[in-house]
Amino acid sequence: MSADHADHAHHHHEPTFIEKYIFPTDHKFIATQYLVTGLLMALIGGFFAYAFRVQLAWPGTDIPVFGHMSPAEYNAAITNHGSIMIFWVAMPVLIAAFGNFLIPLMVGADDMAFPRLNRLSYQVFLVSAIMIIVSLFVPGGGFGGAWTAYPPLSAEATYNLTPYGSSLWLAAVAVEFVAFLIGGINFIVTAMNARAPGMKWDYVPMVVWMICIASILFMASVGPLVAGAVMLFFDQTLNTGFYDPSRGGDPILWQHLFWFFGHPEVYVVLLPATGMVAEVITVFSRKKLFGYQLILFTAIGTGVLSFFVWAHHQFIAGIDPRMANLFTITTVLISIPIAEMLFLYIATLYKGSIEYTTPMLWALGFIFCFLIGGVTGIPLGASGSDIYLHDSYFVIAHFHYTFFPIAFIGSFTGITYWFPKWFGRMMNETIGKIHFWITFIAFNGIFLPLFVLGLAGQHRRIYNYEHFPDLSTPDLQMLRVMATTSLLILLAAQVLFIFNFFWSMWFGEKASANPWKANTLEWTVPSPPPHGNFSEFPTVYRGPYEYSAPGRDTDFWPQHEPS
Amino acid sequence: MAFKPIANTRSATGVSTGKLALYWLLCSEIVIFGGVLAGYLMHRLAHPEWAYQSMHTNTLAGGINTFVLLTSSLFAVLAHDAAEMKDGKKAAQWLLATVAGGGVFLCIKAVEWSNEIAHGYTITSSVFWSFYYTAAGVHASHVIGGCIVMLFIAKDAWQGKELHRVEFIGLYWHFVDIVWIFLFPLLYIAK
Repeated sequence: MSADHADHAHHHHEPTFIEKYIFPTDHKFIATQYLVTGLLMALIGGFFAYAFRVQLAWPGTDIPVFGHMSPAEYNAAITNHGSIMIFWVAMPVLIAAFGNFLIPLMVGADDMAFPRLNRLSYQVFLVSAIMIIVSLFVPGGGFGGAWTAYPPLSAEATYNLTPYGSSLWLAAVAVEFVAFLIGGINFIVTAMNARAPGMKWDYVPMVVWMICIASILFMASVGPLVAGAVMLFFDQTLNTGFYDPSRGGDPILWQHLFWFFGHPEVYVVLLPATGMVAEVITVFSRKKLFGYQLILFTAIGTGVLSFFVWAHHQFIAGIDPRMANLFTITTVLISIPIAEMLFLYIATLYKGSIEYTTPMLWALGFIFCFLIGGVTGIPLGASGSDIYLHDSYFVIAHFHYTFFPIAFIGSFTGITYWFPKWFGRMMNETIGKIHFWITFIAFNGIFLPLFVLGLAGQHRRIYNYEHFPDLSTPDLQMLRVMATTSLLILLAAQVLFIFNFFWSMWFGEKASANPWKANTLEWTVPSPPPHGNFSEFPTVYRGPYEYSAPGRDTDFWPQHEPS
Repeated sequence: MAFKPIANTRSATGVSTGKLALYWLLCSEIVIFGGVLAGYLMHRLAHPEWAYQSMHTNTLAGGINTFVLLTSSLFAVLAHDAAEMKDGKKAAQWLLATVAGGGVFLCIKAVEWSNEIAHGYTITSSVFWSFYYTAAGVHASHVIGGCIVMLFIAKDAWQGKELHRVEFIGLYWHFVDIVWIFLFPLLYIAK
């Protein structure tokens, strides 16, 4: 901490022990808490994936560490794998951890607008994480009705056989929503109001925009599901009949409320990942981000459209076919802005002087994998082909080709890029690259076979395919074994990341303030940034992507340097 | 608390940070109530026979409650007016009057519900009653929450501190009021 920073910090009050070490209000510490919690939850989610994939490849086998898997345990494993990876891994890491770490630094502020609210949001989130873990161990076991929790299965304990698990699962999800509503308001307000003097709307780094748009999408879409969750909770505990057709209720209502949230949620986690990829590709191609405003408009357009596509999840749920036509049109329309965004990223790379650092490899891997995910979404969005593909492994493969790039490739892009700033030391590039290539190849090895299995008619949420003669042929089983083997390789490769993460944190090469020669404001402060971030608050003179500007000695032009 | 980060005191949009946060909070609340009401409306339109259930709701009690809640909103405006004049004590008094309005609203609601439950119309009687108790219950929980926060703000305002918060809680209270303006016709008048 420099001397002039100490001058700046004089007005900060003396924190107590708990305020300082366990629940501080500093945005960087809260970001680390979210990151670590999210990555630990990923271990649980990954463990479930390991257990049910081994069961599918070698049915009935004694799974190492897990033991024999019963059908109920299989259902609980897939349900909680999905729930945990979305709500307790992707959201905390992509939105909360990076939102907390980056927004105040990138807009040139000392902290979030409401630091204590920020701390509260993490505490509420931590409670929800504990609740979901506890729900796995209550009598009857964890909830097994899929992450979509369709009633009547989720509403009636006589059907799902998990009287405590299903209610606790639902309560945990609802509490998690509260945490992200509190956090989201904080992100949006901070980015709107706490910007440094001179930072106009088109001088704001793309990742800040993306996290804010994601927070707004979340806020605008989750409300009906909060209401729906209250109703489902009453159905479970008070025996009301909101979703029970025999008593005048309607199970389809839940599907509408769930997917009205569930589809924008895809973009809630996608946009922060695309924002981080934008930061990384422009830095490592030493070229201005191509079409800043257009990227922003495609993100906003995607966000608006994402509220009008939800019923494409319900094409075979008995909705009116005329409505299915409408939702087919909106769903196919939404691929236009997203494709446009990816084209702009590729245009940014075009004729740049590309440097294949680890973060850049992840960013390029993101574009590659997400393109496959997007393209395979079109046959699912068109109601005709979806009737065949619905609830098959094709859906699973498509979903994971969007979600794995978002939640993991996106997170690794961000972690490897901002690690020097975050922890003050460089990560090991060699281990990082080996980790990238194994993860990237193994990921494709898992999900490419699942496309084939889905097209062959393999239905999802099946415990043991030996009971289905058409699906238990040797060639289909070989594809399952291939997917599971790839998963085992992918999981093993994460040991490299964990080692690199902790080893670099203590023994990595010390990072300078700006190791990547980037323009944005977080690189103007020491690594790691001190409490209060800036010793002197910056003024912003230009956009964040002025690389290789003609007539300058250096190929970058920080935002805070006067012209 | 005295300590505030620079981030809290900046105002790049021209709107104060607290008010901006409140507006976003209200946005998130609008979609929550929007979900309940949209679900209810879809059902109600598909089930004309629910009118036989809704005829048992007490329109008079609901009407009086509408009047009580609207009057309390007037008190919230007078509290804001006093706060603008930097008269913290008067603002605190008007806030207490607003809380009293919320209290009367909840008392009438309690009598009304007790009566209905005594006549056998409980949350499990039919989906109409499930919606009736859930929607009004979620609303009532906002009344209770608003009253509690208002008491804290009144305490500060009495000492002349944080007077800008009087306006924020007033805005929140108007929102709670407007939600009731939607609930009253949909649950009571539509028969």
